[in-house]
Amino acid sequence: MTVEVSVQDSKGGGPVEEARRPLPPARKKASAAERYVPAAISILMVGLVFGGVIYAVTSAEQWPRIARQFFDLNAMAISFPKVLAGFWLNIQVWVVCLFGIMAWGLVLALFRSLSGPWFAPLRVFTVVYIDLFRGLPVLLLVLIFGFGIPALNLPGLPNSALFWGATAMIISYAAYSAEIFRSGIEAVHDGQWAASRALGLSQWQTMRFAILPQAIRNVVPVLLNLAVALQKDVALLSVIGVRDAVREAQIYTAQTFNYSSLIAAALLFLVATIPLARLTDYIARKDRKRRLQGVL
Amino acid sequence: MTDRCISISGVTKYYGNVLVLDDVDLDVGRHEVVCLIGASGSGKSTLLRCINGLTEFDHGTISLDGVSIEDPSWGRNGIYRRIGIVFQSYNLFPHMSVMENITLAPIQVHGVPASEAMAKGRELLDAFGMGRFANAYPEQLSGGQQQRVAIVRALATHPQVLLLDEVTAALDPELVGEVLAVIRRLKAEGMTMVIVTHEMGFARDVADRVCFLDGGRILEQGPPKALFSAPENPRTQKFLQRIIEAGRL
Repeated sequence: MTVEVSVQDSKGGGPVEEARRPLPPARKKASAAERYVPAAISILMVGLVFGGVIYAVTSAEQWPRIARQFFDLNAMAISFPKVLAGFWLNIQVWVVCLFGIMAWGLVLALFRSLSGPWFAPLRVFTVVYIDLFRGLPVLLLVLIFGFGIPALNLPGLPNSALFWGATAMIISYAAYSAEIFRSGIEAVHDGQWAASRALGLSQWQTMRFAILPQAIRNVVPVLLNLAVALQKDVALLSVIGVRDAVREAQIYTAQTFNYSSLIAAALLFLVATIPLARLTDYIARKDRKRRLQGVL
Repeated sequence: MTDRCISISGVTKYYGNVLVLDDVDLDVGRHEVVCLIGASGSGKSTLLRCINGLTEFDHGTISLDGVSIEDPSWGRNGIYRRIGIVFQSYNLFPHMSVMENITLAPIQVHGVPASEAMAKGRELLDAFGMGRFANAYPEQLSGGQQQRVAIVRALATHPQVLLLDEVTAALDPELVGEVLAVIRRLKAEGMTMVIVTHEMGFARDVADRVCFLDGGRILEQGPPKALFSAPENPRTQKFLQRIIEAGRL
């Protein structure tokens, strides 16, 4: 039946034949139950779990005291301006470190992917660098850099804990971003190298025009993930006396014996990281779609 | 054959311990079209890649216009400028438009001013019926269109010789024709070409000479008519027999 119709179609069948063509199947409509029951169950389960935890915590004997010490709205309001000012510093440090990490990480990745005997020292340097700084806890580096280097009084370089703490963050995180960039570079198909070479492009021109644009596009979702992690880790600078959100909250706590300022700082971090995490997910999803299209 | 363009003599190549090219001799005359045929692994693609220096070989010499391709007088890009290559998998740059793909080498490698390179690029695209795709990206094109762009990209640096490495092997059957038409046209314009192909009908049609490779050696060569209708070597006979049984000739 369908075969016959399609044959008539190919001969330019008129509207009569047109009417005989079976309609495309109607889009399957989900019933109300199918649409709402799963959503309702999800909400219920989330509510049950979190509700249970909240109930367990608030029903503890000591809860009223804890509530006063940690969730005192009044104390939060009083500490908020200073915590917010500290948080603004967090954001600034985050942005500066992010640029530093991406730039230095990219340079390291390029060092490591250079081929040829002349570049062996650079490759060895990069391997040692990455092994070393991925093996050390960021906190330790921040402490060593933040307290140690200013004490050296190096001529011509700033002596602030903020500067050296941020440097420690860049040095440590760049080791991770270098590995991410390298994986992106290696994921670019060999044929791209062959085509570039056959066109006469040098190693550097191949990298710059053919490989890197594709490599960076490959790793954007992973880099964003790193940015989210960094956004929280800049709070580590509080341990060397940088007056960021956490430090300001601690100062308030030390003065008043009330910990609500810490909760205020926590909320600020959430406000910043959750949208970023959503954005990362969104971009990762779009990226996956793009790749699937590339395959088809 | 008085005017030799490419001269291959005694080329031997190992991958590890595996001998892939075994003392190959081959001369290609100017304006000649040579097709390399043979089973997978017979060394035909490796030979092709040796000709423009993409793959290094262990013994022997390959010369272009009488000068070894390893001679330093060619400079860093001399050989790539004179010998273009087109790959089975197109290898277009996916993040660049068609125009950017074909003007990259002229602008960055050969120092042609951008406006001039674009004008030349447009001319070439128009000549191969691809003018309206100048601003498209590779993923928006069909396989046949992408391969035509890859051919134009190889031509944009005005090579004397074009190497084609199974350029239709990745294409849907109905798209093969448009690419083969481009190659026929290049032959008519006098381009010297070395073609690795599995399209025997096409080889018979377009080649001045067909070489059958087996185990890294050229076992038999000659004009397509003679080689396809009356192969002398038993291995050539067997290979062609299998091709005929598969309905490819």
